[in-house]
Amino acid sequence: MSLFSKENGAVFTGPLNLNNPIAVQVLGICSALAVTSQLKPAIVMGLSVTVITAFSNVIISLIRKTIPNRIRIIVQLVVVAALVTIVSNILKAYVYDVSVQLSVYVGLIITNCILMGRLEAFALQNGPWESFLDGIANGLGYAIILVIVGFVRELLGSGTLFGLTIIPSSVLMENGGLYLHNGMMTMPAMALIILACVIWAHRSINKEK
Amino acid sequence: MAKSNSFNTNGNAYTIIYASVMVIIVAFLLAFVASALKPTQDANVVNDVKNQILTSLNIESTDVAADFDKYVKDMLIQDGELVEYTGDFKTSYSEELKAGNLHLFVAKLDDGTTKYVVPMVGRGLWGGLWGYVALDEDFQTVYGTYFSHESETAGLGALIAERKFQTSFIGKKVFADDPKTVALTVTKSGKAEGDNQVDGVTGATLTSKGVAEMVTTGLQKYVEAYQPASATETVDESELPALEDYENIENINEVTE
Repeated sequence: MSLFSKENGAVFTGPLNLNNPIAVQVLGICSALAVTSQLKPAIVMGLSVTVITAFSNVIISLIRKTIPNRIRIIVQLVVVAALVTIVSNILKAYVYDVSVQLSVYVGLIITNCILMGRLEAFALQNGPWESFLDGIANGLGYAIILVIVGFVRELLGSGTLFGLTIIPSSVLMENGGLYLHNGMMTMPAMALIILACVIWAHRSINKEK
Repeated sequence: MAKSNSFNTNGNAYTIIYASVMVIIVAFLLAFVASALKPTQDANVVNDVKNQILTSLNIESTDVAADFDKYVKDMLIQDGELVEYTGDFKTSYSEELKAGNLHLFVAKLDDGTTKYVVPMVGRGLWGGLWGYVALDEDFQTVYGTYFSHESETAGLGALIAERKFQTSFIGKKVFADDPKTVALTVTKSGKAEGDNQVDGVTGATLTSKGVAEMVTTGLQKYVEAYQPASATETVDESELPALEDYENIENINEVTE
């Protein structure tokens, strides 16, 4: 099978749309709540998950024939935890600013259901290259949703994007205007409601499929 | 599962050996990574703390280590006297606090003025807060501040870490009428009046309260322990803290431990 065959193309595009880990499989929504009140951490979190899903998929796929069936979940967990710890250490040593911003969220990647779900459902049955593609695609599928939710929450919640003011302060009520930031948007619960709207839109677009 | 390889991957012995070997390999790997990167990480943390102190002095630095050495001196308040701190730069000030000494950073700026940077810690809504308040020579006017937090709500309480909130302290006075009681505080957003009050963050009342508490008690501790000579020109000798107050300060330290 060539590296960019049709099957591999399907492996890659599936999770981005029709088989999106958040919108369709509803995996990993826990962290989608935590990091989406602003756009920037949402993007960095999406990228970190992409990298870690890809590499843990490759590692598990490489050793899949040796893993004892009864402790496979533990083996997966150890691989993921080790990877996350290494990544977090590297971030702290070389990009300290980013690691301060992500604080506890990097550690939370370990508990992201997408990782375990992909390892269990894909990497244990497929070769390293397909697993790598699957990891990248699932991570990006997750990142897309995070960015959409983060965009809506930051814009409506605090009137900024990437920390830059978008909604001018002159239209705010406290300055005599008619507009008020929706403080609800900064609360985690609103992430679920926006997420539900995204899933609704996604499903009605893809109804026939 | 078909036996594609020579091992029986479901046997007990194989499972136990597999788990043990895996754990040992991972442990060595993590230990290696952690110890290899530790010096770089520690240097980053020290640099970050130094940068926080410089930020409270309104210095935007590109070479933090050099600028810190150039402007700032790490001093200790020992029994009401200022002495030089000779140990390695620490990112936590609790060690000297146990001995009853308070860290005070004394900065000599380019224009020749002296500023005093007071470190402080407090409690926000979800976790710890910390900050630095830089005071003018009179130990009375705020020159600049820096605040940060462990886990305040992004977009609300987390705004205390932004320059907009921090610079709103500049020019405020520590004392109102009584030169021994710190009056500087943070009010609800939009309610600040006079020289001693700073507007809190909209929608983050509890975080703002935490900052107010931290600033007031943090400064109070220092004001009671030390008054620079430049400040006594305006303060009556009799109004300096009496000896028994120092004993109280040690008690305060024990409580905060």
